[in-house]
Amino acid sequence: MTLDSKIPAGPLDKKWTSYKNTAKLVNPANKRKFDIIIVGSGLAGAAAAATLAEQGYKVKCFCYQDSPRRAHSIAAQGGINAAKNYQNDGDSVYRLFYDTIKGGDFRSREANVHRLAEVSNLIIDQCVAQGVPFAREYGGLLDNRSFGGAQVSRTFYARGQTGQQLLLGTYSALSHQIALGNVEMFPKSEMMDLVVVDGHAKGIVVRDMTNGEISSHAGDAVLLCTGGYGNVFYLSTNARGCNVTATYRAFKRGALFANPCYTQIHPTCIPVSGDYQSKLTLMSESLRNDGRVWVPKKKEDCAKEPKDIPEDARDYYLERKYPSFGNLAPRDISSRSAKEVCDEGRGVGPGGLGVYLDFADAIKRLGKHVIEERYGNLFEMYHNITDENAYERPMRIYPAVHYTMGGLWVDYHLMSNIPGLHVLGEANFSDHGANRLGASALMQGLADGYFVIPYTLGEYMASQFGKKVNPDARPFVQAVEDVKARVEKLLAINGTRTVDSFHRELGKIMWDKCGMARDKQGLEEALRKIPKLREEFWKNLKILGSPDGINMELERAGRVADFLEFGELMCMDALSRNESCGGHFRTEFQTPEGEALRNDSEYDYVAAWKYEGEGNAPTLVKEPLVYEEVKLSTRSYK
Amino acid sequence: MKFYLEVWRQNGPDRAGKLEQYEANEIPAEASFLEMLDIVNEDLAKKGIEPIQFDSDCREGICGNCSLTINGVPHGIGRGTTCQLYMRKFRDGQIITIEPFRADAFPLERDLVVNRAAYDRIMQAGGFVSERAGSAPDANSVPIPKVVADQAMDAAACIGCGACAAACPNGSAMLFVSAKVTHLGLLPQGKPENDRRVLNMVRQMDAEGFGNCSNYYACEAVCPAGIPASVIAHMNRGFAFASIKESIGVTV
Amino acid sequence: MTDVFFAKKFTAGCLTEHSLAELMRTFTVMISAPSQSRSGPHPIFLWLLSSIGKKTIVALTGIVLLAFVAGHLAGNFTIYLGRDWLNWYAAHLQSLGPMLWIIRLFLLGVLVTHIFFTMLLWHENQAARPKKYIASDPVGTSVFARTMRLSGLVVLAFIIFHLAHFTVHLINPQFSHMEAMLDGHQVHDCYGMVVLGFSSLPVVIIYVVGLFLLTCHLSHGIGSLFQTLGLTNRRLHKMIELATRVIAWILYFGYISIPLSIITGIVK
Repeated sequence: MTLDSKIPAGPLDKKWTSYKNTAKLVNPANKRKFDIIIVGSGLAGAAAAATLAEQGYKVKCFCYQDSPRRAHSIAAQGGINAAKNYQNDGDSVYRLFYDTIKGGDFRSREANVHRLAEVSNLIIDQCVAQGVPFAREYGGLLDNRSFGGAQVSRTFYARGQTGQQLLLGTYSALSHQIALGNVEMFPKSEMMDLVVVDGHAKGIVVRDMTNGEISSHAGDAVLLCTGGYGNVFYLSTNARGCNVTATYRAFKRGALFANPCYTQIHPTCIPVSGDYQSKLTLMSESLRNDGRVWVPKKKEDCAKEPKDIPEDARDYYLERKYPSFGNLAPRDISSRSAKEVCDEGRGVGPGGLGVYLDFADAIKRLGKHVIEERYGNLFEMYHNITDENAYERPMRIYPAVHYTMGGLWVDYHLMSNIPGLHVLGEANFSDHGANRLGASALMQGLADGYFVIPYTLGEYMASQFGKKVNPDARPFVQAVEDVKARVEKLLAINGTRTVDSFHRELGKIMWDKCGMARDKQGLEEALRKIPKLREEFWKNLKILGSPDGINMELERAGRVADFLEFGELMCMDALSRNESCGGHFRTEFQTPEGEALRNDSEYDYVAAWKYEGEGNAPTLVKEPLVYEEVKLSTRSYK
Repeated sequence: MKFYLEVWRQNGPDRAGKLEQYEANEIPAEASFLEMLDIVNEDLAKKGIEPIQFDSDCREGICGNCSLTINGVPHGIGRGTTCQLYMRKFRDGQIITIEPFRADAFPLERDLVVNRAAYDRIMQAGGFVSERAGSAPDANSVPIPKVVADQAMDAAACIGCGACAAACPNGSAMLFVSAKVTHLGLLPQGKPENDRRVLNMVRQMDAEGFGNCSNYYACEAVCPAGIPASVIAHMNRGFAFASIKESIGVTV
Repeated sequence: MTDVFFAKKFTAGCLTEHSLAELMRTFTVMISAPSQSRSGPHPIFLWLLSSIGKKTIVALTGIVLLAFVAGHLAGNFTIYLGRDWLNWYAAHLQSLGPMLWIIRLFLLGVLVTHIFFTMLLWHENQAARPKKYIASDPVGTSVFARTMRLSGLVVLAFIIFHLAHFTVHLINPQFSHMEAMLDGHQVHDCYGMVVLGFSSLPVVIIYVVGLFLLTCHLSHGIGSLFQTLGLTNRRLHKMIELATRVIAWILYFGYISIPLSIITGIVK
C-alpha cells in the first residue's frame, strides 16, 4: 500500500494558492443535495459545520457533550498564533511555518504546515468579526504576547481563556446556522462506529446517551473532528469524556492511524495527590519565567520542609544542565528532566512525584506585588487546589499528558485513505510533527474548519453526484447490529471490577512505559501487559444499570475498551521508531549529554498503521517526508 | 474525612425522585467534590447499587457541564464550579445535600443530570454575529477601546452552566441572556444586530419557560464566571430601546 | 407589520370582504405564538407580554407610587408648622374637586396595575421553579427582596386601613364632624383629627408596623426599578443600593415621626 499525500506541485509558498485556483467546485444548487456528517463540535468541528453550512451544504453535527459549547477546546488557556506581524518584529508566514516545522522536530509535512501559516491571519480576522474579545492595547488595536520558543510576539489572547472565547465564536456561528436550518445538531450523541459503503465513508452509528437508542445516519461525506487520545493515560489535562473511540473505530474500518506514539507532556501541571484523582490541572508555562526549578540533592531531604533545606543542598537541575536556557528549556526537555530526578528518588510531595518551582528569589528581587500582578490568578488557582500558599512555600509541579500529535492519516485535502472520511483538528496527524508549539493547537483546529476543509471538501464531493447511498442498506443495518451487540456484551460480563479501575491500571502502564521516556524493554513489557489487562476487562468488568437511558459507566466502558486496544498500537509505534524526536523520547537514542537523537536517514517518515483484523498485528505503512524548503537541523538549548 | 450524603436519585424524567442517604468514607481532603462522588460511586458499584449519575467533563472549571446544587447552593459555597470545590472546605462528618439544578426550563433527565438545551436555543435565537467565514476585514481595521474590550470580555466569560437560573428563586435566565447580549452589544462587530438580537433572545427566553427577574441577585452570587448583575441592566436598557424602535417601525 | 397592514387597508378606504378575511387572519396570527415574522402581533403587545415589559410596568408604576409616598410625606410635614398649615393644606386638596377624584382614580389605577403585574409575574415565577430545593440557601439575596410579596400585601392592607381611618373615617366616625376656623372660614379640622387619631396606642402600632413593611418594600423596590429600567451600571450599582436603603429609611422615620410625636405629646 502506498500513500498519496496529494501535495500540489509548485514552489512551497504557491502550493495552496495554485491548489485553490484549480480545485474542483460544487455549485450552490448542488451543495444543497449533499449531507455532510460532522462528528465533534470543538474548534475544528464547529468551525467546519458552520462554514460548510454557510456554503450551502446540509450538515448534521454530533457531539457527546450536552451542548456544542462544552467541547474541550474550551479549556485552552494561552492563545492562538498568527503571522500578522502587528508588532513589526519581523514575523512572517515563512517564520511561523519554519518555527512550527522546527518545533515539530522535522516530522511534519511541509506543505500542510505552510498552508497553516498562510491561513493563520484569516483566522484572527474571522474571530474578531465574530465578536471574540481579544485583548487590546489602549489605542484599541490587538495586543500580542510572546509564547514558548518563538522569538516574535505573534500570540493573540483573550485573558487566560482564549480557547473558551474562540470556541464560543465557532459555537455562535454554528448556532446561527442551526437557527437557519442548515445544520441539524445532535448533542449527547456518541459516535460508535463508521459505516463504509463500497469503500467510501458514508455514515456513522451513534448512541443517544439520553435514551440509549442506537441508530445510523447516512451522509455523503464524514468529517471526524473528535480531538486527541490523551486520556489513554487516564490522568491527563484532557476532559473526562475525551476519547479515542471515533478515530479508533475508523481505524478498525480501514483508516490508517499515523504516529500514535507522539504525545506531548506539559511540564507545569499540579502533581498527582492520590489514587482518587481524576484529572490533572495545567498551570501556565509562563510561571517558568520567574520561578526556579529544584529538588533536594539528597534523597533524605525530600520529606523536609523546603525552607529547611539549605541553598547548597538544593539541585537547580535545569540551570545546571542547560546553563543558557535554564528554567526556560523547552517543554519536552524540562518534562524529561523532572522525571529523571524523580526516578532517582529525589522528587518531592506525595509519592515523590513533584519538583519545586520556587519564587522566593523572584519575590526578593521584584517584590511580592509584582509577582502577584503577573501570576496572581495562577497562585490563587494553585492555592484553591492544593491549599498551599505559593508565596511562602515553593509550588510543586509535575509534567502531565496534554496533547497528542498523532491521529488519523490524512492527505493534503484532509481526507484519510478511506474516500469520504475527512479528519480535522487534533484528530488528524498532519501539522505538528513530533511536538506541538504552544498556541498552535487552536490555530490548527480553526484553520482546518474555517479555511481548509471548505476548499478541499469539494474535491471529493464533486465526484459524488448521484451516488447517494440507501440509509437502510446492509452496511448500516450491520453496523447498528454490531454496536448493539457490543453494548450488550459489555453489560453481560457482570464481573467484579469497575471501569475506572481498569482505566487507571491501563493509564499507569502507559505512563510508566510509554510516557515521557520510553525504552525497548519497557515497551515490550507494556505490550505483554496490555493484552492481559484487556482480557481481564472482557471477563471481569462490572457495569450496573441498563443500556436504555443515561448510564455513564457504560459510556466509559466503551471508551476504555477502545483505549485498551489503542494503547497497544501506541506502544507498537513507539517500539518501531528507533530514534528520539519531539514528544517521543527513547532512552536508547540520546546524545551523550542526554538529548534526543534523531535518525533522519531511517525514520524521516510518517508511520501510518493499518488494521489487519481481530487478533492480527497491524501493519506499518510509511509516508516518506520530503523536505524541499527547510534543512533538517538538530535542536540545541545548551 | 467522612461525610453523610443526601443525594437526589431519580431514575428518569417521569419517575418520582427522592433523597437517598449514602456515606462517603475515607475521602482525602485534597479531593474535589466530583472526585468525592467518584469514590462514592465506586463504593456503590461494589455494593451493587447503581452509581449516581452526574455531569462533568473538563474538571477545571471552564466547560460548565457540572450542575450540582450543594446544600442549596448551585456549585456549592465559594466562587467557581462544582469541580473546583474541594472537600477540605467541608467539616469532617458534615451532612451534605446534593440536588440537581432546579428550573422548569431545565428538565431533569436522571439523578443529578438536567437538560440545559434551552440555553442553546436562546443562543440560536440571536447569540451571534451574522458573519460568513472569508468575509471579515482585517482584524485591526476597527480599533476597540481597551475598556470596551475588557467589559465585553467580562460578559463573554460566561460558561453557560445554568447556575444563574438554578439559583434564582424565579428560575430566571436573565444573567445568562444578558451576558451574551452585553458581550456582543458592546463590540462594534455586534452592534448592527443589537436590536434584533435582544428582542429575539428575550422572547426565546420567555418561550422556554424561564421566570422573570426580580432582582434577587442570587445569580450574581453563584456565577462561577463572576458575571456582574449589571449586565442585566444593560440588557433591560437595550430591550426598552429596541422595543420602542420596533413599535414605531424603525427596527425590523 | 400589523400597523402597516392596517394603515394600508384603511387608507385605501375599501374594506372589502376579502380584506376582512385577511384582517381576521392577521388577528389570528396576532394572538398565536410569538413570532419573528412581520405578521405577528404588534410589537407593543410583544413588549407588554415579555418578561422585561411586565417588569417595566411594575417599575414605572412603582415610580408613581414612590413619588406619591414622598409627596404625601411632604404634605404631612405641614403638621409641624401648626394647626392652620395642615388644615389649609387639607382644605386646598379638597378644593380641587373633580381633579382630586381624577388623581385618586389615577393613583388607584396605578396601584392596581402595580399589584396586578407583580401577581402575574409571581404566578409565572412559581411555574418557572415548580420544584424547590430541599436544602435551601438564599445565597446572595436580601431579606427585603425575598419578602417583597409579603411586604407588598401587608402594605396593601395598611393602605386600606389608612384610607378607612383618615379618608373614609370608618374607624372614628366623629372625624367627619371635627371643624376648625381658617382665615375666617370653617374648614375640616384635619389637624385635630390626626392628633386624635394618633392618641390611640394600637393605631400608632399599626402605623409603625405598616410603614416598616413599606420601608422593607422600598428597600428592595427603589434600587430594583433602576435595575429594571436599565438606569445603572457596575459602578453605580452599589451606590444605588445604598441610596435606596437611605431613602427608604428617611421616608420611614419621616412618616413615623408624626404618630410618635403625637403619642409622646410633642405635638398636641
